Amino acid sequence: MRRFTLIAVPYLWLLVLFLVPFAIVFKISLSDTALAIPPYAPTLDLSSGWAGLRSFFAELDLENFWFLTTDDLYWKAYLSSLQIAALSTVFTLLVGYPIAYAMAQAEDAWRPTLMMLVILPFWTSFLIRVYSWIGILSNEGFLNQFLIWSGLISEPLIILNTNTAVYIGIVYTYLPFMILPIYAALEKLDSSLLEAAEDLGCSRLTAFWLVTIPLSKQGIIAGCFLVFIPALGEFVIPSLLGGSQTLMIGKVLFEEFFSNRDWPVASAVAVILLLILIIPIVLFQRNEQKQREAEGQ
Amino acid sequence: MRRFTWFNATSLTIGFLFLYLPMLILVVYSFNESKLVTVWAGFSTKWYGELFQNEAFLDAALVTLKVAVVSSTIASVLGTMAAYVLVRGGRFMGRTLFSGMIYAPLVMPEVITGLSLLLLFIGIGLDRGVLTIVLAHTTFSMCYVSVVVSSRLVSFDRSLEEAALDLGCSPFEAFRLVTLPIIAPAVISGWLLAFTLSLDDLVIASFTAGPSATTLPIKIFSAVRLGVSPEINALSTIMISIVTVGVITASLMSKRATLRQRREERAAERMAD
Repeated sequence: MRRFTLIAVPYLWLLVLFLVPFAIVFKISLSDTALAIPPYAPTLDLSSGWAGLRSFFAELDLENFWFLTTDDLYWKAYLSSLQIAALSTVFTLLVGYPIAYAMAQAEDAWRPTLMMLVILPFWTSFLIRVYSWIGILSNEGFLNQFLIWSGLISEPLIILNTNTAVYIGIVYTYLPFMILPIYAALEKLDSSLLEAAEDLGCSRLTAFWLVTIPLSKQGIIAGCFLVFIPALGEFVIPSLLGGSQTLMIGKVLFEEFFSNRDWPVASAVAVILLLILIIPIVLFQRNEQKQREAEGQ
Repeated sequence: MRRFTWFNATSLTIGFLFLYLPMLILVVYSFNESKLVTVWAGFSTKWYGELFQNEAFLDAALVTLKVAVVSSTIASVLGTMAAYVLVRGGRFMGRTLFSGMIYAPLVMPEVITGLSLLLLFIGIGLDRGVLTIVLAHTTFSMCYVSVVVSSRLVSFDRSLEEAALDLGCSPFEAFRLVTLPIIAPAVISGWLLAFTLSLDDLVIASFTAGPSATTLPIKIFSAVRLGVSPEINALSTIMISIVTVGVITASLMSKRATLRQRREERAAERMAD
């Protein structure tokens, strides 16, 4: 009996507050927009019995999904989200790898402090960390003040409210997610392998390329997914740092829902976003599984 | 053959400058006299004064704290239960679905979680307010708690529980007297994680908050959309300092705990010899 309660309570909680809401999103994505409250039709009316159920299913269609393909705003938003997420993942890797590598090379006594310095920003408010860049990137901001003072440029660079600012924002906020898994992989690396490679005539750079990088592959993959997946649906960064031409699907969905109040289309946008995300999520799970198996041996 | 080269030193320096300089600028300029946030005009604490006069911010901060404390506490209980079920529960009907529902919210875009919960609350006619934000936050943070707790449950020695059962404990007593003290650090870090996630959340709260309840991130977001303001800098400084003090204290405490544990283990080994 106790075992049953133990399973049933969290199970029911997740069913009602996680799975059922998705079923509702899916259902509304197949409904029509209506000028009513709630603004979609049909609504499920169980009181009219079997006939009500049948007419409910008869009225569902894929119209909203067709609409998404005809209006190029949406597929452009999906494509540009994919592009922004993928490119910023690459940038985060390029910035994060040297930091993780240096942490793994540091003295043992230093490591806890370095770890804490990487984790600390993660506990700090995401919103505030994104906000801190507005003052840096704006036309009269610190970056432009510095560049003009140093004589590198004479006119301020326009960075805020462009895609460049979005890239900077994503790299900045998600950097700890890239550093930590790579560091975890590099820390375990057996340094005698590198010694062997160098004894056999590799230069340090070749040894790094042929030994260190392949052995930290799992960490790189994990880090990339941890950045790519949340970046794809990101809302805060494009709406604070991006401009009107920055198309990201998280922002489109938010605006579709709150400004246009078109719930069926917003739901259809969400369903497609979920379908796109399933691929990287499954790949990520498989990578984790592989790592667990490798550690189990 | 670890070699800490000048290249490593440079990447660490640049990396940490990149991570900390933006926040440092925010902190320094919160003490700026001028309303213009990018021009230094002398030291002043007047923005802190104005912040504490601003009742809308104080109200929102109170709502946010309330939501965070309640939701992270419920999430810790539910998340620990879920972790226990996943690691020790054995087989039961729908186990795959259960573990799927635990891991899915971790990777779900916040806009989708928020949208789906809002549609649920409207569907069942629940008025949006503090209750709906608490329900939403509990749901996603219990999954984080359960991941943290289950990693601890996997690594601990099961024979301790079995010994307690053999010595006449009921399963519940064994959990309370043996398992819970051992997984307590993980439950506490899960609670802290849930608490921070709740304090920090903007997107899900925007969907599930009603006109009667606004959280601090929603307030900050609408202020920040209009540009940089010295009051928000002051608020950010307060939040950054709380987190910094908290994280440093926690890491010092855990360092002391490990040292003590190591000492005790060594003492026990000597006794055994």
